[in-house]
Amino acid sequence: MSAKIMMWILAVFFVTASSGQSQTQGFAGLGSDATGFAIPQSGAALSFPADHGAHPDYRIEWWYVTANLQGEDGKQYGAQWTLFRSALAPGVAQGFADPQIWIGHAAVTTVDHQYVAERLGRGGVGQADVVAAPFAAWIDDWRLAASSGATPDQLHDLSVAATGTGFSYALKLKATGPLVLQGDRGFSVKSASGQASYYYSQPFYQVSGAINVAGSNVQVSGKAWLDREWSSQPLAENQTGWDWFSLHFDTGEKLMAFRLRDDKDGFISANWISVDGKTSPMSKEDLRLEPVRQAKVEGRDMPVAWRIQIPAKSLDVTTQPLNDRSWMRTSTPYWEGPLSFKGTATGVGYLEMTGY
Amino acid sequence: MRFALAALLSHWRRKPLQLLTLVMGIALATALWSGVQAINAEARASYTRAASVLEQGALQQVVSKGGGGISIDTYGKLRRAGWNLSPVIEGTVRFGASWIKLVGIDPTTMPREGQVASITDGSDISSFFSAPGQLVVSAATARKLRNATDMRLKISENVPDDAAFVDISVADRLLDARGKINRLVVASEQRPGLDPIDQVAPETMLRENTDKPDVARLTDSFHLNLTAFGFLSFVVGLFIVYSATGLTFEQRRGTFRTLRSLGISLPALTTMLVVELAAFSLFSGIIGVILGYFIASALMPGVATTLKGLYGANVPGSLSIRPEWWVSGLAIALGGTAISSVRSLWRVWSLPILAAAQPRAWQRASAKTLAYQATAGGGLLLLSAVLAVTGSGIVIGFGVLGALLLGCALLLPGLLAISLASAERVSRTALTQWFWADTRLQLPGLSLALMALLLALSANIGVGTMVSSFRLTFLGWLDQRLAAELYVTAKDEDQATRLREWLPQHSTAVLPIWSVEGDVFGDQLQIFGVADDPTYRDHWPLIVADDNAWDEVASGKGALINEQMWRRGTAKPGQTIAMPGGWDATVVGIYSDYGNPKGQVIVGIDALVAHYPDVSKLRYGIRVPPESAPTLRQQLVSEFGLPETAIIDQISLKQQSRAVFEQTFAVTGALNVLTLAVAGFAMFSSLLTLSGIRLPQLAPVWAMGIRRRNLALYEVARTLALWLATFIAAIPVGLGLAWVLLAIVNVEAFGWRLPMTVFPLDWLWLGAVALVAAILSILVPVRRLATINPADLLRIFANER
Repeated sequence: MSAKIMMWILAVFFVTASSGQSQTQGFAGLGSDATGFAIPQSGAALSFPADHGAHPDYRIEWWYVTANLQGEDGKQYGAQWTLFRSALAPGVAQGFADPQIWIGHAAVTTVDHQYVAERLGRGGVGQADVVAAPFAAWIDDWRLAASSGATPDQLHDLSVAATGTGFSYALKLKATGPLVLQGDRGFSVKSASGQASYYYSQPFYQVSGAINVAGSNVQVSGKAWLDREWSSQPLAENQTGWDWFSLHFDTGEKLMAFRLRDDKDGFISANWISVDGKTSPMSKEDLRLEPVRQAKVEGRDMPVAWRIQIPAKSLDVTTQPLNDRSWMRTSTPYWEGPLSFKGTATGVGYLEMTGY
Repeated sequence: MRFALAALLSHWRRKPLQLLTLVMGIALATALWSGVQAINAEARASYTRAASVLEQGALQQVVSKGGGGISIDTYGKLRRAGWNLSPVIEGTVRFGASWIKLVGIDPTTMPREGQVASITDGSDISSFFSAPGQLVVSAATARKLRNATDMRLKISENVPDDAAFVDISVADRLLDARGKINRLVVASEQRPGLDPIDQVAPETMLRENTDKPDVARLTDSFHLNLTAFGFLSFVVGLFIVYSATGLTFEQRRGTFRTLRSLGISLPALTTMLVVELAAFSLFSGIIGVILGYFIASALMPGVATTLKGLYGANVPGSLSIRPEWWVSGLAIALGGTAISSVRSLWRVWSLPILAAAQPRAWQRASAKTLAYQATAGGGLLLLSAVLAVTGSGIVIGFGVLGALLLGCALLLPGLLAISLASAERVSRTALTQWFWADTRLQLPGLSLALMALLLALSANIGVGTMVSSFRLTFLGWLDQRLAAELYVTAKDEDQATRLREWLPQHSTAVLPIWSVEGDVFGDQLQIFGVADDPTYRDHWPLIVADDNAWDEVASGKGALINEQMWRRGTAKPGQTIAMPGGWDATVVGIYSDYGNPKGQVIVGIDALVAHYPDVSKLRYGIRVPPESAPTLRQQLVSEFGLPETAIIDQISLKQQSRAVFEQTFAVTGALNVLTLAVAGFAMFSSLLTLSGIRLPQLAPVWAMGIRRRNLALYEVARTLALWLATFIAAIPVGLGLAWVLLAIVNVEAFGWRLPMTVFPLDWLWLGAVALVAAILSILVPVRRLATINPADLLRIFANER
């Protein structure tokens, strides 16, 4: 899930400024120009904790947490914490000469409001960075870091915090399952022509903590999902946007599914994750994604509710967003918000939609 | 009513010269005033523009306490603590032959309200980041830089000339800053509950945003100077308007009486006159503003050079038309006309309807009036003296100046009357007695013009004396201060290191010119280090010094401060000053530092390097025997490989400094001449006025057998006598003015005091110019008198006129 926004954001931010152009040029910039950057290779094994840290030889990378939260006040909330890395050139340097640019997005979604904040910074000066062990990712005073104490994995126990206009949160994340490698042992193909990224997740977090919206504190608990992804040219030139799902089933199973839209019939990929973390990759033939309700969001028609069918699992569910207008009003805007689903199964999750 | 208005206006058809006088008077008064305002408005707008863009002046800034810049670590620490602030690395860098103010910003963190957003926005932010770098400059700067750099140039109209925005990493590299951040721009919106900055990073401090950019505060006194000049011209112009309206009202008394007798009510008549005056003043005001625009356009390049030379302020040499000075110009024309005609209007209002329209000299001589005036003048002089002794501040300085000038001007008629009365007493013949008595009778009519002349002459003498004294001091000071034969600037620290190794074998002495910026007594100022070298001991111009001042400086314990710091009371000899970075130095001497608007401190070079190890070591003065300077220059270029533009010799440096100096006072000179011209015109219009109404006094003398030609000659002699008296009176007044300028205004405005030197030859020259003006002004009336039709003189005896 979470993913691709990044490329999109960076494409728009650094390659072209006008959003009108982004549709035609944004992905082109990402898809084609990877000169000097490393390219993900099929079959390369991921290694931890090293791969929790930054990969400055790759052009883009992110640490992406979404949390579905239940407040003590009985209300549903969503929380997002994202750190993007975008390299102007491969490698690192000391001080301002460092070619790494960092972008942070944080959000809290309530039934009727989306609180959003964005931070930008550059590498090499301590303002933003990620270190693998002990794990810490930060931009300014926003921080995603390993809680103190020995844990089997650096990402097992995390604390995450961010502040923005009108909101703040501080959450504890405790993993109840293993890390999950997406795609083929972490090599995730993104188009028919073979663009790919390294991609792994930790979908098994139990969350507790507090959020503050509009001045009032609420104790919350729930489920969270962490995505890690890095690449240099993950998208094909003709891809215009995507719809990305991460679902927590009440049974404890998880589903990651995405559809990359292009000028033809798109590229669909998914991963069914069992309670013990075992993965079953799925493709277009195994899965149907179908918008069932449109809403007007910031002047655009967005498919905010979806029907997801996996015949092999006898799954047929319909998702509804917590808030139709989960709009991320960042330098490159997109839709990202919590959802719940019903049908042959129930649960919560997150949806991300870009390029509308 | 229409006929009444036509009757009133017909006066002007019969007296076109009077109309011209009135229009010119208002126009001149408005022109100089609005011209000066236009210059000030343009300059101020330019400061604000530049500051909002270059300095993000509206925002608070974090600077280092120690003056050595803020480290990247500190910046990272503040960001991680949640402070939303953005680093700036800035400095001056040379591209080819041009020096550019480089402002290195970080577009990822620069607050949107910092005005820079508009510069780094746009379709091409990746170019701004990527190697070899992109300079965002004005179109004019781009033309300069085109072949001087391989960096990409992007033109933005928001960037002031001779400045460039660049990514902070490029600025870091070009300025060799090694990550030392000059300042952090603080966004106006911060998250609540942050730890205070001095707690997170005790080595830094928050500098409040100032309402005005630095340069605007520095140049305030300069603009006040200009305003004072504009005001002086305005007052002189009002004298003209006053005498012109007085005359026309006097001459139209008959018309007024007739109109009143025909049934025009007093309010109606007054309204007509007010409307008439308002129309004239608006019309003349427009001419004045247009004239002012041209004056300002002509002066603007000079002002721009001055401001750049004196304060480093970048002001365009051209003028844009701003509504504020159009409006203020017209308002001042209306206001000025109202002030100068209110007395005449009052007389019309209180005129008894059947008052005889007797011929009478306009405003009869009155010993009482003169006495009142003289008393007021004496009072003003006293006030001036009291202010000079007790007051301080630039505004008080100008108060002293104004009271002195006005007081002397008011005293002038009384003094002249006394001298004329004594001349009359010692006269032997009836004719000379009549001559003096008649001159005295004319005093009230001429007194305003004479006062204007006195003001203009003494302003000229005063300002001329100040400029000449300054020039003399300044040139002597330049000779002392610029003792080294060559000055070189290395492009980076590596080249500087090689220079330090290479130079000693080729010269008698190498003098580092190294400085840091730091906070001393709450002001950001420069701290220089000097080597212990005879060049300084022998040449450096010290005003006050301990016997062993240079030893103290060399030992690192003593510091020298510039005159500006001393005069402003910031520090004095013997005082211990807390230097940035937490060390102390004792003031052991004061040096003069003309042309520098800010305070400055000099310490020993070893102390400087010890306390500020990161000081940039790029500039050097080189001592060689003067005759071998050109050879060394050659060697530096051919053997060492320094570019020609990195070397400047003493002679051209002095030439540059002199050029800046002359430019600075070129504007003052031009305003001086204009004021004198206005005063000349005032004299002309007064004499013209008098000549028209003096016939009743002259006719009897003519009837007694004096020829018209001789009468005319007497008129010339009278004018010259008055001119001479005024001129003689102007000399002490001018010297007084010069003293006030040198000892009070300059000290307050610039922070330096200069010895006064008197240049009598300049006065003679000025006297000659004034003489020509006087003769020119009497020419028309005298010609008229010499060729007057005897019938006109005879008619005096026949009836009223």
